[in-house]
Parts: sequence; structure tokens; C-alpha cells
Amino acid sequence: MENLFKKRQERLDIFHSLRKKVVHENIKKEIPDNVFKTCDKCNESLPYIDLVNNLYVCERCGHHIKISGRERIRQLFDENTFKEFDKHISSKNDDHFAGYDEKLDKYKRSTGLEEAVICGVAKIDNHKVAIAIMDSNFMMGSMGQVVGEKITRVIEYAMKKKLPLIISSTSGGARMQEGIISLMQMAKTSSALKRYSDQGGFYISLLTNPTTGGVSASFAMLGDIIIAEPDALVGFAGKRVIEKTINEVLPKGFQRSEFLLEKGFVDMVVERKDLRKTLSDLIAFHVGK
Amino acid sequence: MNLRECEILIKSLEAEKAKIENVNTEYYDELDAQIKRIQKETYSNLSAWDRVYLARHADRPKAQDYIDLLFDNFYELHGDRGVKDDRALIGGIAYFNGTPVTILAQAKGKTTKENIERNFGMMNPEGYRKALRLAKQAEKFGRPIINIVDTSGAFPGKEAEERGQAEAIAKCLYTFSNLRVPIISIVISEGGSGGALALSVADRIAMLENAIYSILSPEGFASILWKDESRAQEAAEVMKLTSYDLLGKKVIDAIIKEPLGGAQECIEYVAENMKKYIEEELAVLSKMRMKDMLEKRYMKFRKIGMI
Repeated sequence: MENLFKKRQERLDIFHSLRKKVVHENIKKEIPDNVFKTCDKCNESLPYIDLVNNLYVCERCGHHIKISGRERIRQLFDENTFKEFDKHISSKNDDHFAGYDEKLDKYKRSTGLEEAVICGVAKIDNHKVAIAIMDSNFMMGSMGQVVGEKITRVIEYAMKKKLPLIISSTSGGARMQEGIISLMQMAKTSSALKRYSDQGGFYISLLTNPTTGGVSASFAMLGDIIIAEPDALVGFAGKRVIEKTINEVLPKGFQRSEFLLEKGFVDMVVERKDLRKTLSDLIAFHVGK
Repeated sequence: MNLRECEILIKSLEAEKAKIENVNTEYYDELDAQIKRIQKETYSNLSAWDRVYLARHADRPKAQDYIDLLFDNFYELHGDRGVKDDRALIGGIAYFNGTPVTILAQAKGKTTKENIERNFGMMNPEGYRKALRLAKQAEKFGRPIINIVDTSGAFPGKEAEERGQAEAIAKCLYTFSNLRVPIISIVISEGGSGGALALSVADRIAMLENAIYSILSPEGFASILWKDESRAQEAAEVMKLTSYDLLGKKVIDAIIKEPLGGAQECIEYVAENMKKYIEEELAVLSKMRMKDMLEKRYMKFRKIGMI
């Protein structure tokens, strides 16, 4: 009897060790290195599969992890309704700025994008909208002539077709390498929005982490309704510059969405899980159900 | 030899010249000729960095000087009706050749004390909102607007962020783009970043010959791109920030000439040229149909970076 138990235990041990091995090998073989993503706020390791289902929001701390433009489109708009405009226009190095061509190439390869914004039309709960979705993976979402041009074109398209407009911003500001031409894109996009607005166009600006500099000081702050994702950095000047200017350390939460809400510069702070419904409802208010 | 070194050299030569009692000597004439030669050589071949130096020259005339010389019966109007009066912007009404105009002028000070009062010409959100208030007032009464641009940038301060610096600038771009009166902007010294652009959405944009206009100060540019502020001089050369560069890029419409050595050498000459420019362009603009003028203003920016 005793022997029987012993044998069984032995066999179980063998079985368990084999199973462990198999599972281990399987992980190594089938699941790629990036099976986990570390939350950049609380350092929790989050399995990708959960992360995707949770819209890239950390389950532990609620941090809204940076997402690509494509992922943003997947999250917000009806499946297979997105049609892209001007996909293939890309920046040129008109001033022959040293190293700029290489930088553009590098980001094109790493992101699969031609520039830092994706524009087009899509549907949200069956309402057609013109959209511009910025992607900070491409040179920090900086605005040069192509970003300015693509955004202006989509605003003009929305005006012509009398469509509502959603621009999702994320940007470090104007693109230094293109100099004054980048700066002028602020005037260009803002002028287009003014025309669109004067003709009754409805524009929702979505501010995501981070939206600063020349983008915040132009189209991002000109929405009829301005929505920010939680804890997004939104402001004009960079933290370091301000601290150097006033010679003091800025308080925690400075230039964050909740701070802007308190100061009266955004209409609402909306969590990612509620964004789609919020946008859809707001569009419905303005175009009729 | 850059401009600064050249200035020091000329000063020393002039000091030596002043020491000579008998002005009829050969040495005196030689010194005189040498000074003139150095001046001519340097000033007729200025680098971008030299122009940055000139644009920031302590003696360079400020907005208030031009207001005094160009306009009559100026009344300053204060405040944004919300927070306070931003002294980095002088706003008001005056006559230009007998026509009432609204003036919006970024103001640096002449002394340290005045500079502190005027925040070194760096506006806060309430300054941009004062500009918006006065611009809408100008529209109501059909007055052309003359903007004088001179700022290193919008003020990067804590309160400026709290009161919405980005929104204030964005609203200026937005509103000026479609304001139903002629707008002329003149960059007199420094046109820095969004803070300058906010007053530069206009039907005509001119720069004084030695003014600079750029996305950021050369120091900031070097610091962001190369993480080294000390490379500002190198940055200035690649940034294309001089009046000639920007005319070439069609970002500005005209260059207003300065005397040899810069505006501080003879402000009357500069003011006269500015006056002529404003006169001519206002005449053209006031004859245009409103719809055409606004369409042209829109296209002016629409075309920049058009693909």
C-alpha cells in the first residue's frame, strides 16, 4: 500500500516536472519577448493581452499608457469605417538641416508612418466625422509643414462636406528642424479652424499626453469642446524652461489635465474607457440623431 | 571678426582719434579712414549672428520710440478686462496721417527698471487678451491695426500657464486671421516663437533689415536640438532667421531698410521708411474689397508649406 502511494507520488513528480518543462518551453517558443509591458507610472508588468482589452490603461494604477495613432482609431471609431487621406505625403528637408533626413527615415521605419498625424474620415456610432489623429511615436508628434498641411486639408474637407471634426493631439510642439515654416503651421491651422467655425462647423479637440508648445498654442486649444485624457501633460512652455525662468520647482500635477480643468481650460477630463461614448454623444448633440 | 569685436575695435580707434589734438595730421585722417573702412566691411557683410546681436542691441530703438515718431495724438488703452494690464504690450489708438488706427506694440524697456516693469517684452496671457480686446474694438470701429512685434517669446512663467498662455496665443491666431480690418505687422527687433506670431497674422508682414524672426531663440534652439546652449551662434546661422532669409521664404512681404550700423544710428531714417511702407500698404489694403482682403490673408498662410 505504502509502495503504491510512493510510486504514485513519483509518477506525479515526473509528470509535474515534465509539465513545467513543457509550459516553460512553450513560453519561450510561442510568446514573444514583449508579452508584458511595464506601466511607465507604477512599473507593474502588464500582459499585453489584458492591456489591449483594457485600452492600454494600467489595471493597477489607472495610468493611461501612450498609444499609437492606429490604436487610437481602433479604440474610437466603428470598425472598418476609417478612410485615410494623404497617407503618402512626407516631409522634405528643404533647409538641408544636418541629420534631419536620417531622423525622418528612422521614424518612418520604426512607426510605419510617413508623418506624425493620420487624417481621414471615419464613423462613430454611424456618424461620419473628419478626423486627425496625431502619433507621438513619430518625432514626438512634432508639427512641421506636412503635419500642418494634412491637418489643414482635413479641416477644409470637413468644412466642404459639413462634417464634424475630431482632432486628437499629442505633440512636443513645432518641429525645430523646419524652422519658421513649422511656426507658420500654427497660423495656417488656426486660420482654417476659424473659417470652419464661422461656417458652423463643430470641432472636438482631444488632448492626450503630452500636448505642448506650438500645437497647444494653436489648433489643440481651439475646440468648441476640449476633452483631455486623465493626467495628460498639456501646456505651452516646458517644465524645465519654466523652472529655470522662475527659479522654483513646480508643484506636482502642474500642467496636467486635472489642473487645466480646475483652471478652466478644458471642458472635461474623460477616461479612455468612456471616450468613445462621450465623443459619440457629443457628435449626436450637434448633428441630430 | 564678428560685429561685437568690431564695435569694440572701432570704439578704441575712436578713443585714440579723440586724443589727437591737431586734427590736421596725417595720422588723424588715417584713423578716420580706417574706421570707415572697418565699418563698411563689417556692416555690408553681416552674418546671421551679427544680426542677432544687432536685434538685441541695448541702444536699439524700442516700440515706444516708433510710436512717438510715426503716430499723432496717441492714447494708450489699458487692460484685458479680466486679470490685469500687461505692460509688455502697449495698446492704444492714434492718428496715422490723419487716419485713426489701433496700435498693438510689444514693448521692451530702455532701462533695467523699465524692462522689469515690462517683463523684458515677454507677454503673459492677459497681454494677448488685451490685444484681442483692442483688435475687436478696432474691427467694430473700422480702424486698421498696426502691430509692432518685438519679443523674445511669450513669457514661460507659472502664472502664465495657469492663466492659459497656449489658449491666449491660439485665440490671437484664430481671431486675427479673419478680422475685418487691414492689419500690418512690423517686426522691429526680435520676433520670437508663438509669442511673436500671435501679433503677426496680418495682411502685410515686414521686418526691419536687422530684425530676426524665428521659431525659437538661437539659445533655445541649440539647447533643444543639440543640448548645448553655448552653440547659439551656430544655431543662428542654420535657422534662417534674418529678414533676407524670410523674404526669400515668402514668410514676410518686405524689408524696411536701416542705416549702416543698425537702427540705433539714425532712428528717424528707419521711422521714415516705416512710415512710407505703412502709408503705401494701407492705401492698397483700404481699396480692396473686404472679401478679397480676407481671402488673400487666408491664402498667405495657407500657402506656406503647401504641398
